[in-house]
Amino acid sequence: MGELKLMKGNEALAEAAIRAGVDGYFGYPITPQSEVIEYLMAEKPHERTGMVVLQAESEVASINMLYGGGGTGKKVMTSSSSPGISLMQEGLSYMAGGEIPCVVANIVRGGPGLGDIQPAQSDYFQSVKGGGHGDYRLPVLAPASVQEMSDFVPIAYDLAFKYRTPVLIVSDGLIGQMMEKVELFDQMPRLTDEEINEKYPWATNGKPVGKEKRVLTSLDLDPHKLEKHNFKLQAKYKKIEEEEVQFELIDCEDADYIIVAYGSSSRIAQKTVQLAREEGIKVGLLRPITLWPFPKKPIDDLVVKGVKGFLSVEMSAGQMVEDVKLTVRERTKVEHFGRYGGVIHSPEEVLDALKSKIIGG
Amino acid sequence: MSEINIQDIIKPENLVYEKTKLMTDKTLSYCPGCGHGTTHRLMMEVIEELGQENDTIGVAPVGCSVLAYEFMNVDMQEAAHGRAPAVATGIKRLWPDKVVFTYQGDGDLAAIGTAETIHACNRGEQIVIIFINNGIYGMTGGQMAPTTLPGMKTSTSPYGREIESMGNPLKITELIAQLPGTYYVTRHSVQTPAAARKAKRAIKKAFQNQIDGKPGLSFVEVVSNCNSGWKMDPVQSNTWMEENMFPYYQLGDIKVDGKLL
Ligand SMILES: Cc1ncc(C[n+]2csc(CCOP(=O)(O)OP(=O)(O)O)c2C)c(N)n1
Ligand code: SF4
Ligand SMILES: [Mg+2]
Repeated sequence: MGELKLMKGNEALAEAAIRAGVDGYFGYPITPQSEVIEYLMAEKPHERTGMVVLQAESEVASINMLYGGGGTGKKVMTSSSSPGISLMQEGLSYMAGGEIPCVVANIVRGGPGLGDIQPAQSDYFQSVKGGGHGDYRLPVLAPASVQEMSDFVPIAYDLAFKYRTPVLIVSDGLIGQMMEKVELFDQMPRLTDEEINEKYPWATNGKPVGKEKRVLTSLDLDPHKLEKHNFKLQAKYKKIEEEEVQFELIDCEDADYIIVAYGSSSRIAQKTVQLAREEGIKVGLLRPITLWPFPKKPIDDLVVKGVKGFLSVEMSAGQMVEDVKLTVRERTKVEHFGRYGGVIHSPEEVLDALKSKIIGG
Repeated sequence: MSEINIQDIIKPENLVYEKTKLMTDKTLSYCPGCGHGTTHRLMMEVIEELGQENDTIGVAPVGCSVLAYEFMNVDMQEAAHGRAPAVATGIKRLWPDKVVFTYQGDGDLAAIGTAETIHACNRGEQIVIIFINNGIYGMTGGQMAPTTLPGMKTSTSPYGREIESMGNPLKITELIAQLPGTYYVTRHSVQTPAAARKAKRAIKKAFQNQIDGKPGLSFVEVVSNCNSGWKMDPVQSNTWMEENMFPYYQLGDIKVDGKLL
């Protein structure tokens, strides 16, 4: 059993970064995630593993530091919250185009604009539909506990390097700030420079003797070549959709109604399932763990099984509900419920919405 | 008179100049007479002479030199517009023993990327920045740059740069020289063989500083021509540069070994 600790979600993410053998963290403070860089600075990971931590001048700079570092085959990370993630979209698009791996955590807060510093899930569209310019997608992991804030870090790096892509960990202010017990995984070694050179021949860290130089770019002025590059990216995204979907089903076997919820909302919805079942209403919970690729198949299976309705519960005005609808294709009822702008719905509110919008509606 | 045979001329003992192997054979995309190509060659000669071919990572900008990575025969990354100093920071911090440089135009370095430039300089990143100041946005068709001279006509200052409404030309090099994080700051040009030789010495010093682990960033500005953007032929553009750019952007060292001159 790994080391047990009581930690904030943000701290668990930071500790997991050190333990996952991350080489460099570059970040800029923003509530509700500043604990990530504060924890890292206090921990002196340089002394523990040789990991570099740098406070950048902006989120624009941090994401471009990731571009540079990730482009040399090193494991790089940043974290921020919604307004800062908006600033990173240019860099993420370049990294998707240039196929540069990195991990970016978004501890989402209320928006739009400066919004507030309370938890929200209103960055779903930005996370799963590309976010920046151009045709691209990023794998998105959505932790629902402090434990998963730690566990998902190495998973995110596996995806990032397997597919040469930025990977998002999309959490929210609730999970970032709350304290829970975490079982930390053991320290993983950082890759040596030799291991990097062996594993990642594309990495631009100095042209190997007697070999061709390497170039990382997202530019190709020849439209036919750029289209070909896009075909390659799309084939990669198709493979990710086929192979990397992750989700959790809770009490779905006998369910008449399904709540679809991720992150904090899935924790709240779990209580709703319990309250509903106490009243004799058979409700189940489908929790997407990967927001993209979206768990279409399990939803489709539930439709085929004869589920009578889906309620997408999100701390947003209704974003993921569009993906649920695209999957259900009007074969049964799909509605959205959620409080937003930093307001968190209660399990009772969710149950009321289920009754009024799905069961009675 | 005996006939001259080309085979008799091309012989190793007659070799007076050789293209560095760190320039690829790709035809340069630059307009004939443009200073970008000359500066590339000087940099690559320096990296070869310093024996850093296998330990150098370059960062290309967005601008006319966006394709620098096709001409420079070292590992390269293409950065977003203005972000090269942040990209180079990410590389250098994780590979402190490698040689890292950025190559940037004036729009890239002194407009959209001003924050990245100033903060990389201020942190004293141990990188080399080569800054091509041609007073214009060459790539996008000759718009006004932060460095465009007062009264200078560009496609977005068609009646000449008016200081009252368009601001002053930015002497970013003098500005970053004030920061304790810069170690070597100098301004050169490459329009004549003599100027190019001087510029090469400066570029070599900049790279040598990095190899020697000197504390801080080495910054070489090259005041350059943009004959296309300035709507002149190459010779005219060089004369215009000497008469108008050099008085405003004075050539020479500004900071050496961490000390302002
Ligand atoms: C974010 C962004 N904004 C604008 C552009 C368009 N753009 C490309 S190059 C350039 C100016 C380049 O000028 P400079 O850096 O002086 O380089 P030069 O071509 O003169 O060498 C601009 C505005 C871009 N590519 N990206
Ligand atoms: S447009 Fe200007 S800067 Fe660009 S290649 Fe031509 S002369 Fe050089
Ligand atoms: Mg220019």
